[in-house]
Amino acid sequence: MSAGPAARAWPAEGLARVPYWIYQDEDVYRREQERIYRGDTWNFLGLEAELPEKGDFKTTFAGEMPVVVTRDETGAIRCFENRCAHRGALLCLKDRGNLKEIVCVYHNWTYDLRGDLTAVAFRRGVQGKGGMPADAEPESEAPRKFRVEVFCGLMFATLSDKTPPVERYIGPGVAARIRRVMKQPVKILGGYTQVLQSNWKLYFENVKDTYHASLLHLFFSTFRLNRLEQKGGVVVGGEGGSHVSFTMMKTDSSGDEYEKAGMRSVSGGYRLEAPQMLESVDEYGDGVTLQILTVFPGFVLQQIMNSLAVRQVLPKGVGRTELVWTCFGYASDDAQMTERRMKQANLVGPAGYISLEDGAATGFVQRGAAGASERSSFVEMGGRTVESNESRVTETSVRGLWQQYRRHMGL
Amino acid sequence: MDVELQLNVENLISRYVHAIDDDRLEDWPGFFVEKGRYRITTAENYERGLPLSIVYADSRAMLRDRVSALRHANIYEAQRYRHTVSSTLIERIDGNTARATSNFQVVRIMHTGDSMLFAGGRYLDRIRLDGNDSRFEEKLVVLDSRSVDTLLAIPL
Repeated sequence: MSAGPAARAWPAEGLARVPYWIYQDEDVYRREQERIYRGDTWNFLGLEAELPEKGDFKTTFAGEMPVVVTRDETGAIRCFENRCAHRGALLCLKDRGNLKEIVCVYHNWTYDLRGDLTAVAFRRGVQGKGGMPADAEPESEAPRKFRVEVFCGLMFATLSDKTPPVERYIGPGVAARIRRVMKQPVKILGGYTQVLQSNWKLYFENVKDTYHASLLHLFFSTFRLNRLEQKGGVVVGGEGGSHVSFTMMKTDSSGDEYEKAGMRSVSGGYRLEAPQMLESVDEYGDGVTLQILTVFPGFVLQQIMNSLAVRQVLPKGVGRTELVWTCFGYASDDAQMTERRMKQANLVGPAGYISLEDGAATGFVQRGAAGASERSSFVEMGGRTVESNESRVTETSVRGLWQQYRRHMGL
Repeated sequence: MDVELQLNVENLISRYVHAIDDDRLEDWPGFFVEKGRYRITTAENYERGLPLSIVYADSRAMLRDRVSALRHANIYEAQRYRHTVSSTLIERIDGNTARATSNFQVVRIMHTGDSMLFAGGRYLDRIRLDGNDSRFEEKLVVLDSRSVDTLLAIPL
């Protein structure tokens, strides 16, 4: 038996240490479901553009809880538990579609697009026999309904009345950076799921970890596509668990700064034969070529040159996480722009030149720390506190994650 | 049935998968014409008419860049594939071109000894016929599942 969370003590060093049991403990995982995903946080559900018509629905998850997301007959986005009031069966079995009402296949109980139970089959029995007692209230076990907020075309849901509105939850600095990318109506270009053999927090830390980017991901430096003097910064928002990092990277195949610095990554002098893949346009007029943004506990927004995507981080057990990618462009894109985004999609996803390593790195930690549950990772790059920073050689946003996480978890 | 055509195409596909499974990735771009297209996508994207790919190249040069990145830039644990290809149906388009649809499965063998069914789906190929030197004009790999375990480094 593993010790329960109450028996676990966070290291005295505070945010500068992360104990490995936090990625391994079944009790911690169960408490996360209750306090984080079903607590006062915003779960990311997807892009509003996935549900353009009244009656459109998709199924997804809030933590491990299966949910249905619909656009109801008034055009509003609704989210409710994907569980029948009767016996708990899934109400919607498909990934997506269009419906007027939802009928549970098990015993034909019927729901409207808001998740309200509208009919119970044979409720009054057949020919005066059978049926439920007159005072039965099956509605008392109805699927739980979420508060939904659509912010800049992003759908979020919470079960708690206490969760502050999305913009206040993430803070103005991060909100401004969402508006920057979600500046106009979007067009879905496709998606896929990457299965990570690690705890969800290891991936969420990885996305926030600006320190690893140029060290693990050697694609740009190997092909001498960047310069050392990239400008950028990190903004930590809300309670610490949301962040945005941005880089103004000049892709430039001349220059020898990396050789002068003695970086092993460029020793071969490799060049791309088809660098056209990286020909990008500045869509925002600010020179920012790379922006990675997170909202606690499971949302990622990515702009890597002209490759735009949202990623949903879904826990699937202590040591398993699904990363659901949806790539998009703008509704106003012409064919040339779509082709550019599709070429640059080579940078991301499970086969992405600059993101395939992330799928493996989080698993290396899960495996590496298997025998070290009482030890901790050492997180002091850029100090021991949480603050916005001009340098990206910092782990400030990783510490920010733990600040918010510990408050929710009471750890 | 055009037996010669069938053998020609099946031979191309067999040589292609053996090159990958034998870690002769440098030979991989040579199975395509100079402006050949290679895409990996999911059945879901394909059936919904969505253009996103997991891997997308529209020239041998882009394929060579991918091999170069795998050899020199990208970090991933040692692993091998074993392809099984079957049920190839071939349709001649004209004297020089054929379309082929095949089923495939790929077992991924990690250095740790772990083996798993890593990928399964269809190869949708358009092939320029040239005796023993036939090549892919287009190879579209449609994965039956939308999920990929950990990462996809080596091509399918």
